[in-house]
Amino acid sequence: MLTARFDALRAQGRRALVCYATAGHPDPERSVALWQGLEAAGADVLEVGVPFSDPMADGPVIQASSQTALAHGVSLDGALALVSRAKLGIPVVLFSYLNPLLAAGPDVLRRAADAGVHGVLVTDLPVGADAAREAWLGEGPLDFVRLVAPTTPQDRMAEIARHGRGFVYLISRLGVTGVSAQLPTELPDTIATLRAVCTLPICVGFGIARPEQARALGAHADGIVVGSAIVRAAGESVDAAVALARELRGALDERGA
Amino acid sequence: MQTQGVVDGRFGAFGGRYVPETLVPALDELEVALDAALADPAFHAELDGLLQHYVGRPSPLSDAPRFSERVGAPVWLKREDLNHTGAHKINSALAQALLARRMGKRRIIAETGAGQHGVATATVCARLGLECVVYMGEEDMRRQQLNVYRMRLMGATVVPVTAGTRTLKDATTEAIRDWVTTCPTSHYIIGSVVGPAPYPRMVRDFQAIIGREARRQMLERAGRLPRTVVACVGGGSNAMGIFHPFVNDAAVELVGVEAAGHGLDSGAHSASLTRGTPGVLHGALSYLLQDAHGQVYPAHSISAGLDYPGVGPEHSHLKDTGRATYVSVTDDQALEGFALLGRLEGIIPALETAHAVAWIASQRGRWAADEPVLLCVSGRGDKDVAQVSELGQGVG
Repeated sequence: MLTARFDALRAQGRRALVCYATAGHPDPERSVALWQGLEAAGADVLEVGVPFSDPMADGPVIQASSQTALAHGVSLDGALALVSRAKLGIPVVLFSYLNPLLAAGPDVLRRAADAGVHGVLVTDLPVGADAAREAWLGEGPLDFVRLVAPTTPQDRMAEIARHGRGFVYLISRLGVTGVSAQLPTELPDTIATLRAVCTLPICVGFGIARPEQARALGAHADGIVVGSAIVRAAGESVDAAVALARELRGALDERGA
Repeated sequence: MQTQGVVDGRFGAFGGRYVPETLVPALDELEVALDAALADPAFHAELDGLLQHYVGRPSPLSDAPRFSERVGAPVWLKREDLNHTGAHKINSALAQALLARRMGKRRIIAETGAGQHGVATATVCARLGLECVVYMGEEDMRRQQLNVYRMRLMGATVVPVTAGTRTLKDATTEAIRDWVTTCPTSHYIIGSVVGPAPYPRMVRDFQAIIGREARRQMLERAGRLPRTVVACVGGGSNAMGIFHPFVNDAAVELVGVEAAGHGLDSGAHSASLTRGTPGVLHGALSYLLQDAHGQVYPAHSISAGLDYPGVGPEHSHLKDTGRATYVSVTDDQALEGFALLGRLEGIIPALETAHAVAWIASQRGRWAADEPVLLCVSGRGDKDVAQVSELGQGVG
């Protein structure tokens, strides 16, 4: 389903808007409403964050949302139940740390697929780290989306691209998730370096929050991922987060007009 | 050279490198630099010189006549408390700081629980002229105010961590976040045998000097190897350091003492090996205190240095293979051990070490009168005196 979505976008000359939201934040009810609103605002893919007690790759906004979700009792099983309830028409990618997936047992990928999840992305399982668990994720019913960082050398980018499915998630800059005032000037070069060894669509995330950033990146990448900005807005209200998604959608589409 | 990012440095099923992609090249770089340094006589010459003339090694092996009488077997004390800065932590901090300098990284990050690792890191950074940033949980800063002041005196920046339990676990998470942001110019000096490969083996190898010296000293002083080697285990670096040179001595029993906090059934303890299940935290697969959903439990121990829900992956391997045994001691027992060694030997141990003291004291009858027991005195108790006196404990 991820591939079909990106193929359709490519045929239309459009860029993907990937929205991240932590499952169970601001609370379970509003979480479902938020996802449905993001779809209506034109998100192409929804990344559902699985709350984790020790999110070492996340900045303060997503950390806090994770804590809130855990306080509401939402863990991986809770996240799947919410996905099931939301009945979305766009592909859903589970965004998780490895430990909750391991604790959920080997059949969790099947249960996720049954709940309406299409892909999985694991923050702390880089290519080459654990052949057996990578095979488990890669050969299961979900597209195993892999990450490339600004520190990744090109030969390793090629290796990652070979192992990835659905799309490749390019981390825009060093550091944890969170809004940045400015994206690195070398980002277009990094995208080009990755593009030379990668046939999968490339989506860029970390630090993207504003329409002009979306517009600028649309010239180079196949899609953008917006996380902390959506989560922060969702902490104010679902409407604010949906309005931000709509604004970003407009900026991405303007590019092609 | 191995392929980038492919990890073979496991301990049985445990260890590995479960980190964000951003850190993979930094860990590859570290691994290459570590192996080059270990093969370079100049690196060893500088390290050995500093260990001797700055740290004060070799640390003594003390007999403990009155404590031995109490236990019913000769107990020997490996005196890491007499190192500069008062604990074993400086062995690895010094070696890693030299390594960082070789790699051209002049900014050092560290996490600390009790503050001993933070103090050791601040110390070696001052000595080598490196910038030092230490992450410390707010709760631990309160428990260990003097160590916070020490670090600042030596020019380090101490950053309070207010997330989660505000202890070692969250300080470690925060230090990793810093490193993800600054890895091209910073080196992260992890304080224990935890974290992604190559940290567990690197810290073990830099701490193994404890066991190498102790093994030689036992043969010289006691005329034989110990029957049992005992050390406290939080992350497990002093234990790994003293165990490692004895692992191939089949007749030597290895015992790690974890913190049982308010009791193993209280839900407030740090006994990851005794009560945990395998899971991934801070870059490695190891025994972990976690719930059925893979969420990490907050640990508890009276000793900030043991207050950690995970443990070094090599300990998990030693447990599963049966080569080492892991036991646990409560907060109250540890407080008795703290007072006991002071009263009987004039040595006030760190609260961490006091767990190992208490376990040995509880085992009278376990050893024959000619079976020596080797205890790693991982640190001195000065840092804990204020906390213990507030509890109204220790003076009877």
